[in-house]
Amino acid sequence: MSHSGFDKFRGDVNTERVKYIADPQLRNIVNVTIALERPLLVKGEPGTGKTLLAHAIAESLGKRLIIWNIKSTSEAIDGCYMYDTVQRLNDSRFGCEDRNVNNIHDYITLGPLGEAFDSEEQVVLLIDEIDKADIEFPNDLLQELDVMEFYIKETKEFVKAKTRPIVIITSNNEKELPDAFLRRCVFHYIEFPPKEFMADICNLHYPNLKQNLLDQCLKHFYALRAITKMRKLPSTSELLDWIGVLLKSGISMDELRRGIPFLGTLVKKEKDLEMALEKIKFPT
Amino acid sequence: MFIDYFYYLKERLPVSITEYMTLLQALDQGLIHNFVQFYYISRSILCKNEHHFDIYDIAFANFFKDAALKFPEEIKQEIWDWLSKDLTPSDLPDKFQEFIAQNFDLEALQEHFEELLKKQDEEHNFGDQWIGTQGFSQFGHGGQNPMGMRVGGSSGMRMAIQIAQKRIFADYRKDIVLDTRQIKVALKRLRKLEEIGKQDELNIDKTIDKTAKNGGDIELFFEKRRKNNVRLILLMDVGGSMTPYAHLVNLLFSAANQMSHWKDFKYFYFHNCVYESLYHNAQRIPEESTDFDEFLRKYDQKYKVVMIGDAAMASFELSEKYGSIYYYHRNEMPGIYYIKEIANHFKNNVVWLNPEIIKPEWVPWTRKIISSVIPMFHLTIEGIEEAMDYLRKGGKDIYTTVNMFKGLNY
Repeated sequence: MSHSGFDKFRGDVNTERVKYIADPQLRNIVNVTIALERPLLVKGEPGTGKTLLAHAIAESLGKRLIIWNIKSTSEAIDGCYMYDTVQRLNDSRFGCEDRNVNNIHDYITLGPLGEAFDSEEQVVLLIDEIDKADIEFPNDLLQELDVMEFYIKETKEFVKAKTRPIVIITSNNEKELPDAFLRRCVFHYIEFPPKEFMADICNLHYPNLKQNLLDQCLKHFYALRAITKMRKLPSTSELLDWIGVLLKSGISMDELRRGIPFLGTLVKKEKDLEMALEKIKFPT
Repeated sequence: MFIDYFYYLKERLPVSITEYMTLLQALDQGLIHNFVQFYYISRSILCKNEHHFDIYDIAFANFFKDAALKFPEEIKQEIWDWLSKDLTPSDLPDKFQEFIAQNFDLEALQEHFEELLKKQDEEHNFGDQWIGTQGFSQFGHGGQNPMGMRVGGSSGMRMAIQIAQKRIFADYRKDIVLDTRQIKVALKRLRKLEEIGKQDELNIDKTIDKTAKNGGDIELFFEKRRKNNVRLILLMDVGGSMTPYAHLVNLLFSAANQMSHWKDFKYFYFHNCVYESLYHNAQRIPEESTDFDEFLRKYDQKYKVVMIGDAAMASFELSEKYGSIYYYHRNEMPGIYYIKEIANHFKNNVVWLNPEIIKPEWVPWTRKIISSVIPMFHLTIEGIEEAMDYLRKGGKDIYTTVNMFKGLNY
């Protein structure tokens, strides 16, 4: 039935560098995205592993990962290439042995997008936090992501993708993304993992974790998450950090049952902290 | 094939042809193997905003619930494709499978099915002939005929519909829930980046770039000064009937507070109605307040005013002298005087956000009165967006509650 013309993303990655499990839906969507050659736009609560997904895909498929971190000042052209005029001016005045001032190519460096296009092998391109940039930014990328090529006006050359990269785009919802851009993407919203799935995630990161300790941790964690009035609910990454701290500190089960040690690892805002202490009751 | 489905969604969601084509591409490439996958993949392709997921869920469940019962021509073939896959379930004992293989003629069955489908015009359950559930007929699901065909059930259609029916994304709906980030997004609409003044701001980066390209001869690059010129005042109703909304208001407040890019941002509190003092904090201590007249003197039309409250109070609080909710509070002027003063002073730069729905037919009298003076919007993302649009355009060409209640007597 399926035409497996591409390497499939299996969804669970457990290596030195990346530990990640995707739920079946996400795994499926990733594979559909790769097959359809569309960018995958991933949204979700902070700390649910949006960025990590790209790492996991690259690791799972054995492909190189190129990251483009978007900042508020980022422009589409930065991702394509940079023309270093100042260096060229400097070289023309004071000379340079490595570069030829008359050769403009020596002063053009490719950005992450350019690098991804230029690669002989297929790469995974992560465009991280696209919503940080200007509201028009995604629109400036339409052509590049659609046709997978861009034009360097200084050299009058086209850079065309040798192989179509797998594009993963993350967004934190700080700005609405333009419709034209959205139409071209496949979209997935990472839901917050339910308890059972969260246990799997914890076990992946801490394989030697005792079951009763994990149960207690999850109990505390989901109790905190139940306080919906908190400004910033603790996320998966914070839970993992917290368990790490607990393990390092060698805290006893008894202490954990009586309260939440190192609460600051989970709850970062002062008001939330007060609320958490007030709401959660412990057996004395 | 899925045209009906597409148009059904299009009536409810902003889906485009590009996206529909992508979905067809996915179907064509054989990327979708069952109905549950179809649910998720079609959502990923057609629906680009988690705020719309709930609407998608409802539409999906409704469309395919009908489809599962009525089998429109287009979907019938799809069902056949799925059914033919399920004919020899591997988990059945070998003997049984042999039995099925010997007694089972797919084509004959298909003909019979089509025939029945033509005759059948309504839902049949517990029968022995028609397509339905729980029966002994060869068709349907949940039945007991060993040669029977499941319709709907095992193809996963029902399961996908069930997933949709759970409506786990109900909380993400844009017209219902507000959270800090969403409010921030909405308030950003107000950001008015005005290009004002002469081109007198030096852009260092562009100057360096131009100079370098120029071979080192200095070329200065000037820009118009860009500055956010918005000045905002938030007036919030606290206490009493607003208590259930305290959290909501708190969110709005913290969102507004974090928006540091405004030129000026002030906030005041009142209870039920504005009178001669505006309080600096929610406790409303008289020592920490600003006199109403001074408030008007201090802040002119350059300020945008957002009032938040449910505008529900006893009618005398609005219409009577000494009508304030506080017994010892002797307001010399009725509450409506102050509301009108604000409306007259700030002209089209004032809006009222109300956490309760504004319906023309059944609203508290005081809400009607206030919304006939100050344009009132619902305190949802959509409402805030409308309100911000109103403020940004200075109230031009926008139909508000003021138009709605025009000519109201009180």
